[in-house]
Amino acid sequence: MTTTTEASAVTPVVATRKLTYVKAFNEGLAQAMREDENVFVAGEDVAGYGGVFRMFDNLLDEFGPRRMIDTPISEAALVGLGVGAAARGLRPVVDLMFMDFIGVCLDQIVNQAAKMKYMFGGALSVPLTITTASGAGLGAAAQHSQSLEAWLAHVPGLKVVMPCDAYTAKGLTVSAIRDDNPVVVMLNKVLLGSAGEVPEEIYGIPLGRAHTARQGSDVTVIALGRMVGEALAAADELSAEGVEIEVIDPRTVQPLDTETMFASVRRTNRVLVVHEAVTFGGLGAEIAAQIQDTVFDYLDAPVLRIGAPFSPVPFSPVLEKAYVPDRARIAQGCRRLLERS
Amino acid sequence: MAQRASTTSKKSPQVSTQVSPPVVKDLHERMVRIRLFETEAGRLMEAGKLPGFLHLYVGQEAVAAGVMAALRDDDQITSTHRGHGHAVAKGVGFREMYSELYGRVTGACLGRGGSMHINDLTRGMLGANGIVGAGVPIAVGAAFAARYKGEDSVAVTFFGDGATNIGAFHEGANMAAILGLPVVFVCENNGYAEFTPQSGHMLLTDVADRAAAYGMPSVIVDGMDAIAVHRAATEAVERARAGAGPMMIEAKTYRYFDHQGVKGLRHPYRSDEEVAEWKSRDPVDLIEARAVADGSATRAELDDVWRRTREEIAEAIAYAEASPLPDPADLLLNVYSG
Ligand SMILES: Cc1ncc(C[n+]2csc(CCOP(=O)(O)OP(=O)(O)O)c2C)c(N)n1
Repeated sequence: MTTTTEASAVTPVVATRKLTYVKAFNEGLAQAMREDENVFVAGEDVAGYGGVFRMFDNLLDEFGPRRMIDTPISEAALVGLGVGAAARGLRPVVDLMFMDFIGVCLDQIVNQAAKMKYMFGGALSVPLTITTASGAGLGAAAQHSQSLEAWLAHVPGLKVVMPCDAYTAKGLTVSAIRDDNPVVVMLNKVLLGSAGEVPEEIYGIPLGRAHTARQGSDVTVIALGRMVGEALAAADELSAEGVEIEVIDPRTVQPLDTETMFASVRRTNRVLVVHEAVTFGGLGAEIAAQIQDTVFDYLDAPVLRIGAPFSPVPFSPVLEKAYVPDRARIAQGCRRLLERS
Repeated sequence: MAQRASTTSKKSPQVSTQVSPPVVKDLHERMVRIRLFETEAGRLMEAGKLPGFLHLYVGQEAVAAGVMAALRDDDQITSTHRGHGHAVAKGVGFREMYSELYGRVTGACLGRGGSMHINDLTRGMLGANGIVGAGVPIAVGAAFAARYKGEDSVAVTFFGDGATNIGAFHEGANMAAILGLPVVFVCENNGYAEFTPQSGHMLLTDVADRAAAYGMPSVIVDGMDAIAVHRAATEAVERARAGAGPMMIEAKTYRYFDHQGVKGLRHPYRSDEEVAEWKSRDPVDLIEARAVADGSATRAELDDVWRRTREEIAEAIAYAEASPLPDPADLLLNVYSG
């Protein structure tokens, strides 16, 4: 319950101005590069073009081709380059453009980056950051829209962060780069252009620490990534009905800050977990199980999960809209939880 | 067992030799169909009517037409994110293609796939693909199946210059070579991978040189000359069908529009002069000039192809626009079969 204040205690309270999510990411990355000469960026069209999502705009101008590297379409070699360079003390940021492309380099992430420190008896670390854009909503269809955080969160040795807004996009990116472990930063495609208040100077957001995005007494909604905004919108809708929901943003899904969740459940006694990824085998299952393991006695209703149906992401906008959870489904889920006494 | 392929790479002569009038007409018609399909799709996208991404093929028509005219209906192809041209040339219908771009239930993927995933089993079109290089091993598998079943169909895989940097290409090429499978590797070298010029992603001038690493013969052709492509494809397909194993064709070509969408270049990754130079050797103009010059077709006959195709396209777009949207109640459709 004190996590909110703890988290904000380590982030500076300074003059802010509005910045888009993608610009906030870009600023955090640039500042981390200025802070540490060992940070470099490699990926397809990241340097000359500035990234297909404008994530790397202007960085080539400032940092030059030594630190901003355009690579061939060779994701396995790209991540491997990052692993090897990290093992030798650099702090690579490698970009996978669309998260779906991890399919072609999963070995380097899962079997190499994640396990290297362990298998070397702790003698080295792999301070590798992998940036990528996830999520549906752009009509990009089955091979360009997935949210695969559950794949990665299952692997010991990896960290996974999911920024929900501009402020967290910057802070989590900086922390990912400063972290001595491989961290996957899952940016959300639909959020790229959304603006929010962002401090000007460099700041990190602690990894593995959840944020209480809104306080409430009736239902705890644990929302990942883009679903945080949807949950907050649902909260406004429900508040008008006299229902106050608490919205928890884990920010980091591996490691997962369950303590903040447990504390909330002890107060609200009802939980809904929502993510954009397929419900089956998603993080909602893990979170629900952990809550049941630890705070079962506080629950007035079974933990409810909302996620995508068990299907690839469809193309047609009418299907895609029905596929991705939204504020209406979250509000409906909360009402259902409250119907049970 | 596996055929031992020669590793020589050869350049085709600059001027393509004679092909029969019906072949010239066939190539022309396939190219016009692609050109019009694509320019109309681009217009629809610019008008905000199409969701998602659109990677246009305009400029590269000679490659799809030249290769597909050398194939039978039962020959299989795998395609790329820039797949409309391959689909059109293989005979996939305008109606199901436009409907798919619109996300309608009448589309080639029932509205589930969109531009990057158009396929048609009845035409041997094993799919466009959103993952660069992913179609290469799939074509190898299709060729394997043909041989396994004792059929004499071949598989053709299309990929870009950029795609040859990915493991799937190299693994697929080696697999096809060592198993001696009937696969034709067609590299559409348009000089760019997204916004990176070829010189920025490989040190080779000719992608065809990569074939040698797998013991696969290769040929380089002018990808703006449909007849040159067709002749090379015919040879490669015949070889493969006869059991002589895989071969690579590198077609040097160009895309007129941006990597994605029509235009809106935020970044001058190629010069106007370069684009203009390639356009001065437009593949459709080339085949028309050639057809008229050698008497393969009259100007009126060529014009008629444009007119008929325009009508067919207008009808297909109207059909797509009038088609129903998919029903969200069917979200789980086809996740599993049976
Ligand atoms: C595995 C993978 N990596 C990256 C991408 C993003 N991407 C889509 S098209 C493309 C460029 C492909 O270049 P090329 O193979 O030369 O084909 P072209 O676009 O020139 O037709 C890239 C990098 C992707 N779709 N899949």
